[in-house]
Amino acid sequence: MDLTLTEEQQLLQSSARDFLRQECPTTHVRAMEEDEIGYSPQLWKQMAELGWIGLMFPEAYGGSGYSFLELCVLMEEFGRALLPSPFHSTVLTFGLPLLFAGSEAQKRRYLPAIAAGNLLGTLALTEPSATYTPEGITTRATPQGGGFVLNGTKLFVLNAHTADELLVAARTRDAEPGISLLLVPRQTPGITVTPLATIASDRQFEVEFRNVEVGADALLGPLHEGWPIVRKTLDYATVATCAELVGIAQVAFDMSVEYAKSRVQFGRPIGSFQAIKHKCADMVVDVDGSRFITYRAAWCLAKGLDATKEIAMAKAWTSDACRRVCASAHQIHGGIGFTKEYDLQLYFRRAKRGEVLYGDADVHREVVAQEIGL
Amino acid sequence: MDFSWSPEEEAFRQEIRDFLQAELPKGWNETLVLDKESDEYIQVAREFTRKVGAKGWLAAHWPPEYGGLGWSFWQYFILQEELAIADAPIIGSNGPKFLGPTIIRYGTEEQKRRHLPGIAKGEVLWAQGYSEPNAGSDLASLQTRAVQDGDEWVINGQKIWSSYAHYADWCFLLARTDPNAPKHKGISYFLVDMKTPGITVKPLINMAGTKGFNEIFFENVRVPKDALLGEKNQGWYIATTTLSYERTAIEAPAQAQRILNDLIRYAKLTKRHGRTLAEDPLVRQRLAQIAVEIDVARCLAYRVASTQARGEIPGPESPANKLFTSELMQRLAQVGMQLLGLYGQLEFNSRWAPLKGKIERLYLTAVSRTIAAGTSEIQRNIIAERGLGLPR
Ligand SMILES: Cc1cc2nc3c(=O)[nH]c(=O)nc-3n(C[C@H](O)[C@H](O)[C@H](O)COP(=O)(O)OP(=O)(O)OC[C@H]3O[C@@H](n4cnc5c(N)ncnc54)[C@H](O)[C@@H]3O)c2cc1C
Repeated sequence: MDLTLTEEQQLLQSSARDFLRQECPTTHVRAMEEDEIGYSPQLWKQMAELGWIGLMFPEAYGGSGYSFLELCVLMEEFGRALLPSPFHSTVLTFGLPLLFAGSEAQKRRYLPAIAAGNLLGTLALTEPSATYTPEGITTRATPQGGGFVLNGTKLFVLNAHTADELLVAARTRDAEPGISLLLVPRQTPGITVTPLATIASDRQFEVEFRNVEVGADALLGPLHEGWPIVRKTLDYATVATCAELVGIAQVAFDMSVEYAKSRVQFGRPIGSFQAIKHKCADMVVDVDGSRFITYRAAWCLAKGLDATKEIAMAKAWTSDACRRVCASAHQIHGGIGFTKEYDLQLYFRRAKRGEVLYGDADVHREVVAQEIGL
Repeated sequence: MDFSWSPEEEAFRQEIRDFLQAELPKGWNETLVLDKESDEYIQVAREFTRKVGAKGWLAAHWPPEYGGLGWSFWQYFILQEELAIADAPIIGSNGPKFLGPTIIRYGTEEQKRRHLPGIAKGEVLWAQGYSEPNAGSDLASLQTRAVQDGDEWVINGQKIWSSYAHYADWCFLLARTDPNAPKHKGISYFLVDMKTPGITVKPLINMAGTKGFNEIFFENVRVPKDALLGEKNQGWYIATTTLSYERTAIEAPAQAQRILNDLIRYAKLTKRHGRTLAEDPLVRQRLAQIAVEIDVARCLAYRVASTQARGEIPGPESPANKLFTSELMQRLAQVGMQLLGLYGQLEFNSRWAPLKGKIERLYLTAVSRTIAAGTSEIQRNIIAERGLGLPR
């Protein structure tokens, strides 16, 4: 039992923090909210040079061979910096399923290119049904001439606008298991990508497929049996989201403690009022609890252990706790926090996005219920 | 980061389980659920605690010369977890948990040799004499006096809420030794034999209807010079060390887990409106939330233990753990009562009471969790002021 980061992890953490402090101040975050692409391609290149993009890929595929735990250390820093980037979409929801289930040829083709920062991808999973279950998928892939023809609408697809490749979860037969995963170049005729306006100003899209044709080699993993790959991908992406939320909440918390010490009312710092102190104390439990329950899940995944319960617990707790922290942060800040100009709103909006991404606390509590034998 | 137990630690856990299986009274905590404050329980607990003490387990992480086995702190942690999961009848855990570490830190060699082995063996039970009628949260305003008279100290005053004092052998207490100094600087820490003439113990009945804590009256109680622990007038600092260890709450998540397991079993076996409670989505959400909180509490406990495993006094992470777990216990009790509905009102060990009325009892006793060892408000003050540096 040891809850501390290894020296190597600490190094990764501090170098990421320094780099992002320099390259991704909140002025950059704000600029990217208004930006057409929504992130800086140049920064993405720098991330590739730092070895972050391929952090978890084996060296044979251009990666650095680190574990998921290190990736979560990085995600926490991304959360702190509110880093706008295609990391989540490309690495977690596209690179990882390839790593888990890709053929040798597919891995060789995509992973080194991703790690080098030359190829972007994303997962086109959710639909207007807005669930993370196979029953929610109605997009069809019909066999045709050795390949498939895709028809349907995907919703909440991250960074589809700049993705070179879409990993599409489509129904290849009515009965379960009936989901297959297809690698589809975004420029394929018949694909329409339409932006959604979201609370966190991240880039999510509606992606429509109308008679989109792909070859037989588009298939990732076995026919009809794509769901286990999706499930595994979601497990990792969920914990990574928790780590990001921890970073977000940590900053909202730090800002609040700072503010409580400096803001004076009634002739004394508001932090000397107990109502404020006690909010801060509760935030400690929320932030620390989130961090450790998240890293426990990450550790389980990194060790290859069955982590269904740990993941669900992490997301159930972190979703609620980080929202609470951001809400308390606003209360402590009073009117200034409600302005667009003050940075706190940036964290509040992203905490909500992280809360609903991959299912909120209610969804994950139900998983916990199953896992504890109910 | 590493959330696993070593093979040796796992083996130790198994050894404890085997021991508990063999040694606990038949049907313990299932068919046999005793009132924790009853004479019968105390009797069972004294014997059982001695058995565990005889194995050296109660303070296994202490050095051998003081009655320990020189084990790592994590083994002690594991033992606490297993005892709590089994609801083993252990009495006087304040000794190994918080008085012992204080004596190890501040006691003279003579005091260590005198007191620690008895604590480690579970043979000598201690009461904590901190609180007074007018000194609760504001403990430093305590009024009990200790005056030096030749080779002796003479103690006069009153303590209140002293748990176990009605059967304790010894008492660790705070008394004012310099009434003219600022209130934190005139307090000393004493180790007092409860058989000393002039001590009267008067049990108080708690809201669950049982004896648990007491008033202690000191009337010209004469104790030897070496009853003083640490330096004269340094008692406040020593007392805060004791409190840091007291507020660690590493066993509480395991206690909560045991109760949750009872509730899960009950939910699966109990039908309402044509389906089991376990099939009700609201029940599932509530129990799952408790399960999540228990694991968060466990993580917070691991962190406290990490500090202790490094040999350090627990810092503000220990009030955070105490605060969260004590409030969790109350939420757990409430969820349990909601689950039981009308049956929830049936008293402990009474006819028709599900789970032998354990939940009803918990619902009452959990009230004290956010008060004893420092109220939730005081814990939040400590986290904010000492942990975060917010101004007083
Ligand atoms: C079951 C049980 C066992 C106990 N065992 C022992 C024992 O063995 N030995 C021992 O010495 N003591 C023991 N205690 C006493 C315990 O430590 C005190 O009850 C506790 O410290 C609170 O003191 P009080 O009861 O005087 O309440 P008070 O201090 O009067 O508090 C009343 C209320 O005022 C609030 N309050 C007080 N000061 C502040 C502040 N600064 N900021 C915000 N709110 C504040 C409190 O949080 C509480 O809500 C035990 C108590 C219980 C319930």
